[in-house]
Amino acid sequence: MSSKLKNRWWGWGFRSAVMLYFIILIVLPILGIYGQSLSDGWKAFMDNIREPLAWKSVQLTVWMALIATAVNIAIGTMAGWVLIRYRFPGRSLLNSMVDLPFALPTAVAGLMILLLLGPQSPIGRWAEHFGFSILFHRPAIIIAMVFVTFPFVIRAIQPLLEELDPAEEEAAYTMGASRFKTFFRVIFPNMLPGIASGAMLAFSRALAEFGAVVLVAGNIPGRTLIASVYIFGEIESDNAAGAAAVSVILLTLSFLILWFVNHLQSRRRTA
Amino acid sequence: MRRLWIGLTFLVFALLLGAPVVRIAMGAWNDGWSGFAGGLTRPEAVHALAMTGLIVVAVTVINTVFGVMLAMYLVRAAWLGPRLKKLLNSIVDLPFAVSPVIGGLMIVLLLGPDSAIGGLLGAAGIKIVYALPGMILATLFVTFPLVIREVMPVLQEIGTQQEEAAAMLGAYGWTTFRRVTWPQIRWSVVYGIVLTVARSLGEFGAVLVVSGNILFKTQTATTLVYQDVENFSLTSANAVALVLAAGSVALLLLMEWAKSRQKHA
Repeated sequence: MSSKLKNRWWGWGFRSAVMLYFIILIVLPILGIYGQSLSDGWKAFMDNIREPLAWKSVQLTVWMALIATAVNIAIGTMAGWVLIRYRFPGRSLLNSMVDLPFALPTAVAGLMILLLLGPQSPIGRWAEHFGFSILFHRPAIIIAMVFVTFPFVIRAIQPLLEELDPAEEEAAYTMGASRFKTFFRVIFPNMLPGIASGAMLAFSRALAEFGAVVLVAGNIPGRTLIASVYIFGEIESDNAAGAAAVSVILLTLSFLILWFVNHLQSRRRTA
Repeated sequence: MRRLWIGLTFLVFALLLGAPVVRIAMGAWNDGWSGFAGGLTRPEAVHALAMTGLIVVAVTVINTVFGVMLAMYLVRAAWLGPRLKKLLNSIVDLPFAVSPVIGGLMIVLLLGPDSAIGGLLGAAGIKIVYALPGMILATLFVTFPLVIREVMPVLQEIGTQQEEAAAMLGAYGWTTFRRVTWPQIRWSVVYGIVLTVARSLGEFGAVLVVSGNILFKTQTATTLVYQDVENFSLTSANAVALVLAAGSVALLLLMEWAKSRQKHA
């Protein structure tokens, strides 16, 4: 009896400890930032957002993330397709390289891009020669974002292509469909949910990216200053309310995307 | 057609992934061996790498223990209603959606010297923000979902039958876990740990905000790279970055190896 009672106390202790950890570490900070941004009222919040530099940085971030996502959809769909459908020497090497951007520290990724595109590097000189510059301009932001979000689309498509029943494809060929038609009418619709959820995750990650971008963007206010770097600057200059207001916009956007992706995935599972 | 696609894929990988890695591996040797060694044996680099090591160990231990337990509760616990479970389950993912800088800002707002809790702790002589505890907290926040997300699907898949059988035969809760559950979730915990180590090794944004990046005090390897770049000492930045990159590539290989082991098992 006494050992059973002790057991129960232990159980309670563990439960409360784990739940408390969860709430203090994750829930409280998120509620705290929403609270802080509205602590001086709705009007102050709107003023902080309408701050021209703040608003411009949010706009720029969304644009850059959209372009990076579009690039990733194109190269990710291609790479995912090639890695699953074709057998060629070097395939497994490429397949394990896909995860590299997730494993590398973002500051290291930033430094890599900085060194590769800098004015002393061949690419930098070549670009200079044609009269445009990459580093410390918008193209560098896009490259950094494409790099850190590279695995998302590929990893989302691969399981779908593996699951795809070859019979569907064969049926299409048997009925006389061309390769082109088979791809777009049979295979592509099956890949689409993967492309969509991968692209949304990539977009949300690109919105949030800091380490890789801060090193290569030059961070010129109004021109190459993205939202996360703006937030960092506001924290450094002790303007917590301004930082919190922009954070809330980014957070809300990311939460909506995450929720939508979860919704899509759970619907697929039940379907 | 097929040739074209394979060629293009190789090109994308070489340009986007291969070239940067090769560039950083070569760049560290710009000033020869002495430049590389000098970049690494600077006292600030040694201190920064030690800080990073400390954070990695603390974060991995804490998040592995709590992560496995929370995963067990979220899958098994009868005392959480299904609604509540679903809600908690979606909250687990939130750190993935939060920009690291914002994660850092949250901790500064909640525990910084200007906040209520921070003021109280400060009066008691405990510093959290701009000190090691805050940096560990920030990294804990960022890596929170990794172990849970690896372990939960496996727990769901193996079901409760064997655990129930063990309990019926009179095994205590702990024995059931150790002898029945643990052998089945072992590899997923290993993945979770590898991911957590990689992420905490490379965490930058959150740590930068919380630490204040104070030389010899709260500087980690990644924030040192950042500061070196800001100071235009690219070669020494490169040396530290190469060590970090080598570490994460090694972890990636370890992960691939573990996966192939598990498939054969």
